[in-house]
Amino acid sequence: MTSWKPTGLLEDYEPGGFYCELFGAAKMPAPHTRTVRERIDGLSLAELRRRAQAAEHELFNLGVTFTVYTDREQIDRILPFDVIPRVLAAAEWETIERGVVQRVTALNRFIEDIYHEQRILRDGIVPADLVLGNANFRPQMTGLKVPFGNYVNICGVDIVRGGDGRFYVLEDNARTPSGVSYVVENRHLTQRAFPDLMRNIGVRSVSNYGQRLVGQLTELAAGIGNGPSVVLLSPGVYNSAYFEHVFLAREMGVPLVEGRDLVVRDDRVFMKTTGGLARVDVIYRRIDDDFLDPEAFNPASMLGVRGLMRAYRAGNVVLANAVGTGISDDKAVYAYVPRIIRYYLDEEAILPNVETHICREREGLEYTLQHLEELVVKPVGESGGYGILIGPHAGRNALAEFRRRLRATPANYISQPVVQLSVCPTVTRSGIEPRHVDLRPFAVTGRSTWVLPGGLTRVALRKGSLVVNSSQGGGSKDTWVLE
Amino acid sequence: MNSILSRHAECIFWLARQVERSNSTARILDINETFSRNARGEHDWESVLRLYGDEKIFRDTGRRPTADAVIHFYILDDKNPNSVLSSIGMARENARALRPLISTEMWVQLNSFHNHLRGLRKADLRIENLNRLCSYIKESCQTHSGITAETLYRDESWYFHQIGRAIERADQTTRLVDVKYQVLLPQPSDVGSPIDEAQWNTLLRSAAGFHAFRRNYPQTMSPSTVVGFLVLDRRFPRSVAASVLVANEHLHELRLKYGHTARRSTSNLLRRLAATLAEEAADDLIARGLHDALDGIQVELGAVTDALGREFFLLSETDDAPQPESSDGQRSPAG
Repeated sequence: MTSWKPTGLLEDYEPGGFYCELFGAAKMPAPHTRTVRERIDGLSLAELRRRAQAAEHELFNLGVTFTVYTDREQIDRILPFDVIPRVLAAAEWETIERGVVQRVTALNRFIEDIYHEQRILRDGIVPADLVLGNANFRPQMTGLKVPFGNYVNICGVDIVRGGDGRFYVLEDNARTPSGVSYVVENRHLTQRAFPDLMRNIGVRSVSNYGQRLVGQLTELAAGIGNGPSVVLLSPGVYNSAYFEHVFLAREMGVPLVEGRDLVVRDDRVFMKTTGGLARVDVIYRRIDDDFLDPEAFNPASMLGVRGLMRAYRAGNVVLANAVGTGISDDKAVYAYVPRIIRYYLDEEAILPNVETHICREREGLEYTLQHLEELVVKPVGESGGYGILIGPHAGRNALAEFRRRLRATPANYISQPVVQLSVCPTVTRSGIEPRHVDLRPFAVTGRSTWVLPGGLTRVALRKGSLVVNSSQGGGSKDTWVLE
Repeated sequence: MNSILSRHAECIFWLARQVERSNSTARILDINETFSRNARGEHDWESVLRLYGDEKIFRDTGRRPTADAVIHFYILDDKNPNSVLSSIGMARENARALRPLISTEMWVQLNSFHNHLRGLRKADLRIENLNRLCSYIKESCQTHSGITAETLYRDESWYFHQIGRAIERADQTTRLVDVKYQVLLPQPSDVGSPIDEAQWNTLLRSAAGFHAFRRNYPQTMSPSTVVGFLVLDRRFPRSVAASVLVANEHLHELRLKYGHTARRSTSNLLRRLAATLAEEAADDLIARGLHDALDGIQVELGAVTDALGREFFLLSETDDAPQPESSDGQRSPAG
């Protein structure tokens, strides 16, 4: 490969020692992004800004927004969109895809085991109190069979790339992960605003997500009758992810219902239509367990459907995700996922965890105490309230205080090194600069697991920031998986 | 054939009404501006408050009924549930709830319309800009109708949209005619005076009916012919009679296509109203007291809306399905 040097827009770009999604790193060039780099380099900043502005305006008019409600009014905000895409090579994606499928498979085996035999607890692989004492453990699920034993039907796995260019899992989202609508909308936006950037590159499509999703959900109801009726259950227009619920219902071609549209009769679920009550077989619910059914869970919930759990337990309706999956994406359980994979699948994790020290284990505690200044200490489960300690930024008193707490209640903590998230060139006020990114691929599981090629790349728009959350100045990028 | 959610049926019915109401509000403000300018110096903006029955809630704003205050009240006041901003805001909220059913183009247009209204400044409402603003509102409402006609899938939602729009239009046209009577005929002696004719003229133009009227009545412009045209002429699409017929036809077709045969009270009410209007003569309406007659039509239209709600929106009851609880379900964010 001849070395290529930018002479235009990217000439002054400097990744600052981090792995760059577009340029790679000193000893790890990223030859697959060459064409994209050259094309971006050939654009002017003014042109890029003009197109970016048009794109954001379009998002606003399309209502691709999340809504913030104040006392006086509602404010619609778009998730800021950065126009420079994040590009993944085919081989990189292949690893991520296999890793995500493996992880989801193991998490499903784990949940099934927990609500049935609990072998993994008896074998001492995962401490029983961590799971059974978890606020997300649902005794109502004990002994209940779910289709194909797959509890987590929609999963979002948060992945970061370290300075070594490798991918690590930071977090699993196995309850109601959101963000997939942005993956598809960002792509549509890029296709409209930057057709010249994408031409002849061979980017894998993301636009069939809804179709795949409804296909997998229908599969779950195979036993329930012919042509099962699928609905998406949303908390309603006031939910900040309402746009995504609309998006998914439209992409799937299924009714978007709220709790008040549903009613349970004789342990069967119906929706109220102009033509009477119509049977519902599968519910893709975007409501947390707690609010699903005031009879079974939080009695004050106005969002749920009274009697839904009865219908569910009677096998008359499928819920996706199943109830009680929160035991698998807890921070405390996260630390054990590599062991969970080994236990059920007899395989090593394809996507490693970020190096994690479990303080309830002696070695982990000692290491944490010795290296506290370099580590991030996180409370686990619902034991939190003390917050996170970021060692490198903490003062002497805070470190001393955390040492005391770690010794008193070590089981409440895990620790990790500060991960140096990879960066990607991003349009900022002062030109093109590196900003940190993560990646959330989405996996859909019916009988088997399918991963949408791409995922949500979130970008921390503040200089130097590692926080990609939309509530804290995060934006998103289009994610290209090359063919 | 799948039915739509009761909640969605109600939302789209109200969505159509809210847009049509804004269309009409813009027309009424526009003609009132013209009238008040022509009516010998007296700027009577209270008549608009009277015709909507808003005198009391306007008084609560603590403002005098000047042109500026009333125009603001009907266009931008977010505390007035019938202002254009409020109506389009509610229409947009309904559209948000309906996003899974309506086309993206319908949503984008309402969203942009609402964003534009929210960005309006005081200066945009000044009397010299009012005509332009009212035209903008009117055209945006018509754009909504056009996009709906071109893109909305013809399932039940289409019928509920058309019924909502027709009922609102019938109601609003009664008010439009009423404003003429309240504003233009303070004294019987005004009838037939030149200024009076100019104002009838404006009224017809505001309803986009002037030329059609002229073709039918090249010689005369009397209260009776104008009222006959705006209230009773079935061929004029904004007339009360035509709108009631449209509502009735769409309801009929909805029943045929989707098998809603169990309850018919809404159809009975609509058919009765259509029949009354068909037999009515404009002279008799005026002789009996036009204001009361128009009021009576508004009451009938309210009864139609209630019946429609009982039949389709509140609960879904049919003989072959289990009965839902009567206690669940809050009302939709609709009307």
